[in-house]
Amino acid sequence: MSDTPDSAPRKSTMRWIPLAIVAALGVLLFAGVLLSRNPNRDALPSPLIGKPAPAFRLPVLHEAGRLVTDKDLRGAPYLLNVWGSWCPACRDEHPVLTRFAETKRLRVIGFNWKDEHADALRWLEQFGNPYLMVLTDYDGKAAIDWGIYGAPETFLVDGGGIIRWKYVGPLTDEVIANELLPKLAQIDSQAGEGKPL
Amino acid sequence: MRALLLAFALMLSGAPAFAQVATDATPLRFADTAEETRFHALVSELRCVMCQNQSLADSNAQIAVDLRREVLELMRKGKSDEEIKDFLVARYGEFVLYRPQVESKTWLLWFGPALVLLAGGIIVVGAVRRRSRPSAQADNERTADRNEEQEW
Repeated sequence: MSDTPDSAPRKSTMRWIPLAIVAALGVLLFAGVLLSRNPNRDALPSPLIGKPAPAFRLPVLHEAGRLVTDKDLRGAPYLLNVWGSWCPACRDEHPVLTRFAETKRLRVIGFNWKDEHADALRWLEQFGNPYLMVLTDYDGKAAIDWGIYGAPETFLVDGGGIIRWKYVGPLTDEVIANELLPKLAQIDSQAGEGKPL
Repeated sequence: MRALLLAFALMLSGAPAFAQVATDATPLRFADTAEETRFHALVSELRCVMCQNQSLADSNAQIAVDLRREVLELMRKGKSDEEIKDFLVARYGEFVLYRPQVESKTWLLWFGPALVLLAGGIIVVGAVRRRSRPSAQADNERTADRNEEQEW
């Protein structure tokens, strides 16, 4: 090696470039693997977080002729849970939701989406009804305003009618403990006073 | 033989009936071909939110059926393509657009490939220049290169 003094160090740095490229690729792929571990990776972030819940006027499943609007639900936070009797994941979620509803931490409202009236009633009869009230959207128009694209989906709306949180997929005890309850505590502290139900 | 023919005829007549069931129960009806062309151009630029690797035009998911109906209704209310896209973005997010808007969040998405190409170009130009340096150093270079090749 009788290289000129200035080209020697350049040579040795150039030599590391392919290794650096491969290492960068490796890091990229590893990051991809880590990200794909999240079972909820396909969930879309809702652009409605922090915005007022869309205006709606929907029939109530158990009371023929009664219509409920978004304004009727104002005043205290509520959880809106999208479900359908055709949705297997909703059945998986059902015991978790029931357990949470029984704590009476806040109102749990059902959003019965793209269903049949009789099927919905039978489903609740069979598994139990965790909801304070079930709204029905059988043509799916209100669901589009909420940005709903699958069931189950769950929204947390505060007393002022602002959507504060959304979860796509079946709720689990972990999600309730790690995401929903802290969010709810934050809402309560902002409202100045905790208002259960 | 006649029975066989009959069975064959039944099979043929049965096939389209099955295909009918598999597709949308209430297909959209278009007023004219202009409306249909515009509709198809629009929905093929929108992504299905449920099945994220299909366009709204291709998907058979229930939500895609509903969203197609909504898009057609908005068209009939006289909304422009931009207004319809904004309507969907407001509800489902940027994600529904196959061509995201150019903004600070999407700069890397839009210009990342060009940057990588530029970096590759710079490396290639550098390598070519080094090899075609004046012949005073050429001998040294050549031996150095040979040494490197052996090591690699």
